[in-house]
Amino acid sequence: MTRESKLNKRLVALFLLGCVLFNYPILSLFNFEIPIFGLPLLFVHIFGIWCLLIALTAMATMSSSNEHKDDSDDTGG
Amino acid sequence: MLKTGTILFVSFSYVSLLFVIAYYGDKRADAGRSIISNPYIYALSLAVYCTAWTFYGSVGLATQSGLSFLTIYIGPTLMATLGWLVLRKIIRISKVHRITSIADFIASRYGKSPTLGGLVTIIAVVGVIPYIAVQIKAISTTFFLINQYPEISVTANTAGIPVLGDTAFYVALMLAVFAILFGTRHLDAAERHEGLVAAITFESIIKLAAFLAVGLFVTYGLYNGFADLFEKARSFSDLKSAMTIESREQSYPFFKELLTINTGAITFIDWSMYIFLSMMAILLLPRQFQVIVVENVNEEHLKKAIWLFPLYLLAINIFVLPIALAGMLRFADGSFDADTFVLTLPMAGNQQLLTLFVYLGGISAATGMVIVETIALSTMICNDLVMPFLLRLPIPAIAQRRELTGLLLGIRRGSIILVLMLGYAYFHYLGGFYALVSIGLRSFAAVAQFAPALIGGIFWKGGTRSGAISGLIAGFAILTYTSFLPSLVQIGLIDQDFVTGGPFGIELLKPYQLFGLQHFNPISHAAFWSILVNMSVYIAVSVLNRPRTIEHTQAALFVDVFKYSGETGDSLFRRGTVNLPDLTSLLARFLGKTKADEALSGYAEKHDINWDDYMTADADLVSHAERLLTGAVGSASAQIMVSSVVKEEPLGMEEVLNILDETRQVIAYSRELEKATADLKEANMQLQELDRLKDDFISTVTHELRTPLTAVRSLAEILSTNPGIDAVQLENFAAIIIKESDRLIRLVSQILDYEKIESTQMDWAVASLDLKEVINDAVDSTRQLINDKNITIDLDLTRDVPRVYGDRDRLIQVMVNIISNAVKFCDPGRGMIAVRLRAEDNQVIVEVQDNGVGINPKDLDRIFQPFHQIKNPTQGRPPGTGIGLTITKRIVDFHHGRIWVDSEPGRGAQFSFSLPINRAVSGH
Repeated sequence: MTRESKLNKRLVALFLLGCVLFNYPILSLFNFEIPIFGLPLLFVHIFGIWCLLIALTAMATMSSSNEHKDDSDDTGG
Repeated sequence: MLKTGTILFVSFSYVSLLFVIAYYGDKRADAGRSIISNPYIYALSLAVYCTAWTFYGSVGLATQSGLSFLTIYIGPTLMATLGWLVLRKIIRISKVHRITSIADFIASRYGKSPTLGGLVTIIAVVGVIPYIAVQIKAISTTFFLINQYPEISVTANTAGIPVLGDTAFYVALMLAVFAILFGTRHLDAAERHEGLVAAITFESIIKLAAFLAVGLFVTYGLYNGFADLFEKARSFSDLKSAMTIESREQSYPFFKELLTINTGAITFIDWSMYIFLSMMAILLLPRQFQVIVVENVNEEHLKKAIWLFPLYLLAINIFVLPIALAGMLRFADGSFDADTFVLTLPMAGNQQLLTLFVYLGGISAATGMVIVETIALSTMICNDLVMPFLLRLPIPAIAQRRELTGLLLGIRRGSIILVLMLGYAYFHYLGGFYALVSIGLRSFAAVAQFAPALIGGIFWKGGTRSGAISGLIAGFAILTYTSFLPSLVQIGLIDQDFVTGGPFGIELLKPYQLFGLQHFNPISHAAFWSILVNMSVYIAVSVLNRPRTIEHTQAALFVDVFKYSGETGDSLFRRGTVNLPDLTSLLARFLGKTKADEALSGYAEKHDINWDDYMTADADLVSHAERLLTGAVGSASAQIMVSSVVKEEPLGMEEVLNILDETRQVIAYSRELEKATADLKEANMQLQELDRLKDDFISTVTHELRTPLTAVRSLAEILSTNPGIDAVQLENFAAIIIKESDRLIRLVSQILDYEKIESTQMDWAVASLDLKEVINDAVDSTRQLINDKNITIDLDLTRDVPRVYGDRDRLIQVMVNIISNAVKFCDPGRGMIAVRLRAEDNQVIVEVQDNGVGINPKDLDRIFQPFHQIKNPTQGRPPGTGIGLTITKRIVDFHHGRIWVDSEPGRGAQFSFSLPINRAVSGH
């Protein structure tokens, strides 16, 4: 499997994860006006998932860049 | 107190600063030292997505339908994760084909169709003009608002003001000047506008900073943080609901409705539809296509942008809800338009500087959008609407002009002014009727109509031009019926009954509940039906009709863009020649003489061509020229112009299929290479396996050598330390020593034999011989072994067999090996070995059957492999080196014979080998 297709697979997986977490019915599980540390639950859920998704995307692209570096090291040495 | 003069001064200074930044950016680009070539600038430039609608409208939307404003930013976040898959493909295709707008992209994909390009342009203009109007409205409204500082006036009404006295009019003009200066510097629209990108990047920073500033001020200045603000809003909401049960619709929606879905204005269906719409918008809005694709410096930048851009969206949204709640608490009487809370809250807090900063943030958001959107639309109008028409009309003035560059730039500049004036007119005459939200979402729904044709076009080769055209028309028609027409009710052009009772009183055709569909709000209802119909028609028509040749070609080039090497791509599909002078003058007409010469000499240098030797241009050069023209005038016009000078014999379907076939062969070749690599890998694995076996072999051999050596040594030691040992015992010991030494010699010679055979240094003494003698000799030399284990041996050598050619000693070795192998696995006392010799079909066959333990079927294949010893789970490793049978097989192989084994576990084994009759053995 090439580096590109590995990254693509990871990102598509993240996309699907985001679609599930940001939509009905998962969203309805958090659809209550209950305060979490003073913040409403749904508000916390959405921003939490959002942060998570950004972090995972960043990690996916960065790890792919690192692997790229490793590859070039290998051919060099 | 903010004076009008101060505000004007600040506004103009800010816009001047933008001019300076853009100018500097262009200068640096001209000098070849780009300031925008990094992923952070790229990500920030994508934030042109956040317009005044984000800056002011999000808060307004939050006061009405709570968290649903977030969907507009969740969609792009999701699309960004797909960016590496989808956006990168679009970028690559556009770079290869020098595509400059979404209209050109779709037109080019479906056979460079001018009809399709024009259709996309019209839908985009109709869909986006109101969106531009919203920005102008935001600039104008906020200008009026802070002009009254510190008074907060009720929403300014601009409807009565004459055009020439309207600030918004001059704002629109100034934006047009900016767009013309920095958006139409180059004729080649495929070239990047670096100054423009630098300016909108700066604006992205300002609007984020301003919004965060007002968010922090409201949350931590007016209140004690998020928790405090939410708590106050909740208790206020409870109080209010207790007071105004009867007049609920006049008050703001309650806290619960804002912070949950499905309780207030928005259902889960709307929520998902909004996410879908904004996902499409980030891809399909003309300005997004401009910044994502045309202004992209390096595909790799996308890798960082796909998480930096969502991070930007997250940041600009954190404080929306707090500001909305604070505004609702502060202006509880509902006297102010919630769309202006971002500005009115700092005004109410007497924060003069913050107010000015927020005002500039709003200006940034609005102007960035207007400028980029206008430039993108003007390219579309010029290249996909006006030029294809102009070039087809027999207008002498155009046909005779030697250079059309001036005309082209003129059209583009004219389009910029036209778009901005349309935007202004919409704002001036209709702007008062709609909230920011509905206009923005309606634009989203309009551009989402491009989704089936575009996304289908880059992943599905089957999509055709007629499919795309029919889909677009059908989808847009439904959208018009379910969204644009009913919106005219608000202006009073259409009777209210149209919406409430359906046209002609037909309930089933009510535009907001088409065919009785419930639980959708008007926007998601319109989006759902229009995109469903669009997609279905696109697929159905595509499947039902046959694409033309050029559609086939373009489909393959688009869908497999990563497979074909871009530069040679479409020249494959070209035939026919052009006179070189015709082509050069064509280029000069559209690109200008200097630019055309530059481009051609660049091409010559790259391909090592001397123009003096050429009178006709080959297919590759023609393709190159067409791509150059595409950058300037769009794919449809470029194709028209090139075919006007090419004496082209159009390719038939069959030929295209042939060419595709050739390409397929290239792909097949590369597959073979892959296979060869795989084979090599396998060979390598086999080598590793052999290496392992060799290690095993060495340990076996050393073990086998050690056992007799130890015996010999210890017996010799006994003999030397006990001089008085009796004669019987002495003889006994000596016999063991001899026997063990023999075993050692046998082992060592076996190893040497193996080594010789493997390195092909064996000396063979080939002669005609009788196999009966060979067998008898071999049985004689193993007699001792057989008798020791008390095994019966039965020789059946009665049949007459022909003589064969072979090495007598080696064949004896073969027999000895097979017989001793049989002995090894037979039980002492009960063992029986049968040896048979027979002739059959030009060959002599020797069979040696035993009634020993037999061989496991899975070991049958490997038994002749070197160093392979059958391990018995209960008895462990059998005695021997594991190369006896290998040597046997090599010897039989040398004689052009065959050796095989049949066995059932527990019922013995039968080793057989055959030797050919009358066949001389060839030496090595």
